[in-house]
Amino acid sequence: MEIKGSELFVKALLEENVDILFAYPGGQAIDLFDALYDQEKIEVVLPRHEQALVHAADGYARSTGKVGVCLVTSGPGATNLVTGIATANYDSVPLVCFTGQVPTNLIGNDAFQEVDIVGITRSISKYAVTVRNREDLGAIIKKAFFIARTGKPGVVVVDLPKDIQRAYGSDEYQGEINIRGYKPNTGVHLGQIKKALDVLGKAQKPVFLVGGGVNISHANKEMKQLAELTNVPVITTIMGKGAIPTDHPLYVGNIGIHGNYAANTAISQCDVLFSIGTRFNDRITGKVTEFAKNAVIIHVDIDSASISRNIMVDIPIVADAKIAIKALLEKATALNNQAWVDQITAWKKSYPLSMNYQGMTPQIIIEKINKLFKNSIVVTDVGQNQLWTTQFLELDENRQMLTSGGLGTMGYGFPAAIGAKMGNPDKDVIAICGDGGVQMNIQELATAVVYEIPLILCILNNGYLGNVRQWQEMFFNKRYSSTCLRYRKRCSKDCQNPDKCCPEYTPDFIKLAESYGAKAIRVEQVCDIEYAFMEAKANTFTPTIIEFIISPEANVLPIVPAGNSLSEMIMED
Amino acid sequence: MKKRWICLYVENEIGVLARISGLFSSKSYNIDSLTVGTTEDETISRMTISVTSDDKTFEQIKKQLNRSVEVIKVVDYTDIPIHMKELLFIKINNCSESDKLEIFRIAAVFKVQITDYDKYNVLLECLQSEKQNDDLISLFKKCFGSRLEIVRGGSVAIEAISITNR
Ligand SMILES: Cc1ncc(C[n+]2csc(CCOP(=O)(O)OP(=O)(O)O)c2C)c(N)n1
Ligand SMILES: [Mg+2]
Repeated sequence: MEIKGSELFVKALLEENVDILFAYPGGQAIDLFDALYDQEKIEVVLPRHEQALVHAADGYARSTGKVGVCLVTSGPGATNLVTGIATANYDSVPLVCFTGQVPTNLIGNDAFQEVDIVGITRSISKYAVTVRNREDLGAIIKKAFFIARTGKPGVVVVDLPKDIQRAYGSDEYQGEINIRGYKPNTGVHLGQIKKALDVLGKAQKPVFLVGGGVNISHANKEMKQLAELTNVPVITTIMGKGAIPTDHPLYVGNIGIHGNYAANTAISQCDVLFSIGTRFNDRITGKVTEFAKNAVIIHVDIDSASISRNIMVDIPIVADAKIAIKALLEKATALNNQAWVDQITAWKKSYPLSMNYQGMTPQIIIEKINKLFKNSIVVTDVGQNQLWTTQFLELDENRQMLTSGGLGTMGYGFPAAIGAKMGNPDKDVIAICGDGGVQMNIQELATAVVYEIPLILCILNNGYLGNVRQWQEMFFNKRYSSTCLRYRKRCSKDCQNPDKCCPEYTPDFIKLAESYGAKAIRVEQVCDIEYAFMEAKANTFTPTIIEFIISPEANVLPIVPAGNSLSEMIMED
Repeated sequence: MKKRWICLYVENEIGVLARISGLFSSKSYNIDSLTVGTTEDETISRMTISVTSDDKTFEQIKKQLNRSVEVIKVVDYTDIPIHMKELLFIKINNCSESDKLEIFRIAAVFKVQITDYDKYNVLLECLQSEKQNDDLISLFKKCFGSRLEIVRGGSVAIEAISITNR
């Protein structure tokens, strides 16, 4: 039977089991929206900005493991996706983004709302393609979903010219695909596994360093078994946190420029570093020449290009984390390394992460979340709010954390939380944002209200772009250049002392929330935290903002200054 | 740092050249030369790419190319027997009679073709290794300076059967 391209588009989404489509209409996508109008299986959600739209799809995808799907119009609709595409692709999140496009005969003419979105997104996506023939449509969509979710997952952009949407053609949504240039690795080299285990077996001071790859491949259970079987301590990157429960005796903590003392010290002193699913980003290595200097390094990664790029690796294993860990579990044995485990435990006890400030610290707030929300997804924005969360949030099988690790995109947290809640209606979803970043997508209050999404949006209001302010305090003589969010024209330019007389904060987040029809609570003291969370939890149809007024100059510690090795941490103010 | 050669099989589609060259530029790898054309299978193009890099960067380049969806196969031609040639045109303008004599002599000695000329201008077509073309260019620059017009195509290469010629 002959059907329109737009109808095949809908059929394809149904066959891919898409249950939520994050979509914003416009002239070059109107046929697709028309085709969507008659079906009921796919919920079409209309966020208030395309950047928020793609972050929402990202939050949905990270929290469900399914492919997130976006649909926007050409030109500005498409360019508004760019930051979200880069954010998702950087963290290996599977998304398929459909963009409307001007008709094929107008492409290249500088037509109204024409942009070369495939050209723009080429370097920030896994694959980007324009459909140029109606007969290719089905195969390209099939290919898009396959590429997005397999191998190292990522973002695929499919650009759909309007004439292709309207043209009649086959209704077939092809079953099999074979892409000759794309063969994701589904095995593991057993010889390398054996080599790795031989080295690990002889180690005195071994550690596992676990990155986001373990969470992406859902190998948490296997990772825990492997740690327990071998008795090797587990250190994580920010993206790997939660790979094993954070209260596990073998869990050490995060490494990196805001890692904890025990983890950074253990990495610096270990003799075998067994890393799985991390690309040794500069935020985790510190000065590379000093990183795990005395260790034999084993590296499992699905992406061969991530191996020996930043850190030279002795034993590379190209494989999906879960497949590799399962193979390791078959042959691994217990190590005789209790002295090392005890040493690390002692470091953890002597130098725990803790914020030594008066009053309502982020640590206290996050510890309340640990206590009150056992079955939850916590989504962070970017900045100090994020770093504190990665430090103090406890994770296990029932509590997951989503964060923009690779790109560090302010404005990510709130819309991603909306997507996460849509994908997980039975879990509590909590966004933790800064007062700066939350304003980058605050318009999504409308989305959360109209779709009755009862998430909790915590704003840690320090009145500053805190993360940058902290660097200015520590490394730029406290010259607070463009980081004060209370600044008004009448302020002196070189103010370094936020105090009670500072101008009023704008916006008033409480009034703002109310004007959108959301609930809002302002919390200024520790004794009100728990009550606020309980009240928010009771709102089952409405989002709740909780604005926490925190100390303006609290810092994230420890910190490894730029260019230093991980063992050169600044521990306190 | 060393000169390397890669043979790349890619999908013959719009945008593939941009993807490949974009991959080099986004990672700050400099391409020395790149040629591309279709093959016996018109859905596949073949590229011959040359870069100057250290071992580590070159490994990265190959891996990055390999993981592109549009790239079907990457073959390292750096140290294997191949045949490789580059086409070079040299046009010399405003020649005197004695210039022309000299050019004809050079062509005879270096075994390159004169494919076109008139009273004042001569065109040479040189199909040889890149190195030989480099040398010829410096010779012509020495003799004819600013009167030259030079265009070169970049090398194309194919695996050898029983003898090597690069
Ligand atoms: C889109 C974007 N712009 C700029 C930055 C740089 N940046 C990183 S953290 C930060 C400050 C964030 O301030 P706020 O949202 O108030 O969070 P806080 O650090 O105070 O918790 C800035 C400006 C960024 N990461 N993303
Ligand atoms: Mg702030």
